[in-house]
Amino acid sequence: MTLAEMQFVPPDLRLAVAEIFLLAMTCLIMIVDLFVKDKKRTTTFVLTQLTLVGAIVATALTSTGQTFYTFNNMFVGDLMGDLLKELLYVTVMVVLFYSRAYVQARPDMAKGEFYTLTLFATLGMMVMISANHFLTIYIGIELLSLALYAMVALNRDSVASTEAAMKYFVLGALASGLLLYGMSMIYGATGTLDISAVAERLFDGQANKTILGFGIVFLVAGIGFKLGVVPFHMWIPDVYHGAPTAVTLFIGSAPKLAAFAIVIRMLVNGLIVASADWQAMLMILSVLSMAIGNFGAIAQTNLKRMLAYSAISHMGFMLLGLITGVIGGDARYAINAYSSSMFYVITYVLTSAGTFGMIMLLSRAGFESDEISDFAGLNKRSPWFAAMMMMMMFSMAGVPFFVGFFAKFSVLQAVVAAGYLWLAIAAVFFSLVGAYYYLRVVKVMYFEPPPANAHRIDATFDVKLLLSANGLAVAAIGIFPQTLMSLCAVALLRSL
Amino acid sequence: MSGTPLLSYAIWVPILAGLIVLATGSDRNAPLARMLALLGSLAGLLVTIPLYTGFDVTTPAMQFVELSPWIPRFNINYSLGVDGISMLFLILNSFITVIVVLAGWQVISSRVAQYNAAFLIMSGLLNGIFASLDAMLFYVFFEASLIPLYLIIGVWGGPRRVYAAFKFFLFTLMGSLLFLISLIYLFVQSGGSFSILDWHKMPIPMVAQMWIFLASLIAFAVKVPMWPVHTWLPDAHVEAPTGGSIVLAAIALKLGAYGFLRFSLPIAPDAAHELSGLMVALSLIAIVYIGLVALVQEDMKKLVAYSSIAHMGFVTLGFFMFGAPTEAGALGAGSVLGVEGALMQMVSHGFVAGAMFYCIGVMYDRVHSRKIADYGGVVNTMPKFAAFFMLFAMANAALPATSGFVGEFMIIMAAVKFNFWVGFTAATTLIVGAAYTLWMYKRVVFGAVANHHVAELTDINGREFLILALLAVCALGMGLYPLPFTEVMHSSVNELLRHIAVSKIL
Repeated sequence: MTLAEMQFVPPDLRLAVAEIFLLAMTCLIMIVDLFVKDKKRTTTFVLTQLTLVGAIVATALTSTGQTFYTFNNMFVGDLMGDLLKELLYVTVMVVLFYSRAYVQARPDMAKGEFYTLTLFATLGMMVMISANHFLTIYIGIELLSLALYAMVALNRDSVASTEAAMKYFVLGALASGLLLYGMSMIYGATGTLDISAVAERLFDGQANKTILGFGIVFLVAGIGFKLGVVPFHMWIPDVYHGAPTAVTLFIGSAPKLAAFAIVIRMLVNGLIVASADWQAMLMILSVLSMAIGNFGAIAQTNLKRMLAYSAISHMGFMLLGLITGVIGGDARYAINAYSSSMFYVITYVLTSAGTFGMIMLLSRAGFESDEISDFAGLNKRSPWFAAMMMMMMFSMAGVPFFVGFFAKFSVLQAVVAAGYLWLAIAAVFFSLVGAYYYLRVVKVMYFEPPPANAHRIDATFDVKLLLSANGLAVAAIGIFPQTLMSLCAVALLRSL
Repeated sequence: MSGTPLLSYAIWVPILAGLIVLATGSDRNAPLARMLALLGSLAGLLVTIPLYTGFDVTTPAMQFVELSPWIPRFNINYSLGVDGISMLFLILNSFITVIVVLAGWQVISSRVAQYNAAFLIMSGLLNGIFASLDAMLFYVFFEASLIPLYLIIGVWGGPRRVYAAFKFFLFTLMGSLLFLISLIYLFVQSGGSFSILDWHKMPIPMVAQMWIFLASLIAFAVKVPMWPVHTWLPDAHVEAPTGGSIVLAAIALKLGAYGFLRFSLPIAPDAAHELSGLMVALSLIAIVYIGLVALVQEDMKKLVAYSSIAHMGFVTLGFFMFGAPTEAGALGAGSVLGVEGALMQMVSHGFVAGAMFYCIGVMYDRVHSRKIADYGGVVNTMPKFAAFFMLFAMANAALPATSGFVGEFMIIMAAVKFNFWVGFTAATTLIVGAAYTLWMYKRVVFGAVANHHVAELTDINGREFLILALLAVCALGMGLYPLPFTEVMHSSVNELLRHIAVSKIL
């Protein structure tokens, strides 16, 4: 290392204004919450939402559309990151709106911690999204994960929650270990952990191929855990099922965006030269996830558990886009392929948030409404929300005019363009299997009478409005997907 | 051709009307919902009339075309247009929607708004399928139209409705997903175009043509339905409410046949020639075997459902009778008579099968049974109804002067020219078809009054009379004077056959 590199360069803090603001506000909210007497924590809630609004503004104001590095190249600000962060803030805001009544109805959860942990997790995801260094990624993941472990166990008297948290923690810690081990091997092979520098060294052919190969295996295993793809999926059903629905909603939505970002940062930005290695690995994970996710979901009677398996299959489908970027050393279709995955993740988060939102809409104190049978006859009780839920289910099944169809379509066209016809056929076969269990939810809502003890839906106006907007967005983006699609493409074009 | 986007109206007027009907909400507003639905369906029919009156019969080109970019990212366009092959189906579909709304007027008493809205929205989506010139637009309408029918069967259907609805949805989805992959494949091969007309001109190697043909065959064969993937249809028909059965028989089955003409034949003509023997064989099996299956049915709806499959066998037979190659490099031409006969059969089947299902519905509303054995001597209590039912039964058996005759006769003529034994086998349907239809008619309508249910029957009211009369006028009119139908098809069919007679292998 030369002397010039050792010199201290003052970091360009502008790129991290949103992160700094969020951190400061989170600390402030923690302190303010100590003095909040209100059992409903309205002050904390409002402050949290305002913080997120502030973050939206901060990111929007500092976004230049160009790629800049700071903190000694550990941190990157680019269009893809900015786009994902904005979506992340919006998702977290929506999650908090949906969760509020649910959390208030459960005295154990109704503490300020729910909000502060959410903010810390958000900060972790922001760091993941903007990381340009393997260690920065690791720090982001840990910040996210530690917050999530605690959130799963927020309902601390619930045996199921505690068990889920324990499982999540043990497996998550193992995954972090694998990831870290992989990173150390990458360091061994290339002598650096700076993602841009890793890419350069690999491009120059200076890396030890064997160690690099091992490193990639461990990285992919770690990523597999975080994405929740087979065979690293075992925690997903238990955590989704055991966690309070508000937390499940959070785990099932926003972190997918961050996980996508780190896959792009590590594998594409850093290890694109070794794409043949990790693409082959991800292909196996992808097909297995679609198979086990879809077949596993069929057997479920619990909606949260069904959605957990469905999440596994969706992440498997999303991976299809990532393995078709470089074919035989030809990266012509890379933007097409990666942007289709990005579109897939974003629309999945949108749909998933709405679906869990529906579960919480129907739940109340002492009643979780997380069995599929709890949705029986919803069309009689509330035709409007039955229609919203139906649109979300059809979207997840990939039926047009809903956004899920175009998500699947864009990934499939990347797969076909790459010449993997058999992979496309496998993917649609598993989608057909998947259609069955989504249809079952529609069946329960529309073809069955409501249960005798059906409760009136009493949600606040803002939740109803937001949930309706969420449902309509699934249809609207399904009819006009162009804007979001090209936004993804442009963001990736600028960032790669 | 004026600047009015008639095809867009044909698609969006019913959908918009459906959404308005949906907004009337609970069953307290049922009369309003019915009225709005009727107005919406009439408006939907009205906007399709100029398609016929303004149609230029001399050109095979697409007419009333509309083109605007929809998803430029994948070069997907909102591209509409009709030719002589598709135009009639838009009008047929809009007409059937009016019939369906009228048919459910009194019978449907729960969730009236949703029921009518589902039919109106489906009507718009079905029009979209026939009017699309962009493959993705076609596919999107094709898939989306499953949703309303799934709900119609599942919500307002019979005792085994859940099973039937799932079977219907998953069977059709299975077929169309492979079709989607072949569409994407064509998109990639054509260098980024989803225009169906571009694909018609594109040369494709034989192996790829075979795969494309087989993939679309699965999609369309399920929809038609062809033997052996027909098993969902009897279930769906039996469990669906009357309106659902009418739309299913009159329109939904036509989608598969239409798909052959729009996709399989022109895009993969060499494969179509190669596999025409298989297609003819499958069609003959449908005609003969399914005809015999229909003979032994005890449930009237099931009987008509099987008869639909046999009739659709005629349609696919008409499409795939290619003659011997005429010159080097040219493939054998298909027969104009066969394809036009098949199109006539499709339109006629829309009227006749729709009417048959409606007749069964009329009886079911009164007796709540579809079993043939529960009836007998209906003519004694419902003479007017019996007369109409007679007409439609005759049309179903392809009696001359009814619409059923025209198409079947043309196809049999073409078949005899193609190969005597194929023609002979197809012609056996004249016996079998008459046998199952008239035997059912005899058992249900004639004879002594079978039980007190039949004795208590009341004859059709004004609304039912109107529906049956409208359908009867169509069935008879088309049988007596088919020229208005054949003349619009002529140029397009000729052009299509010229096109598929040329090999696309480079």
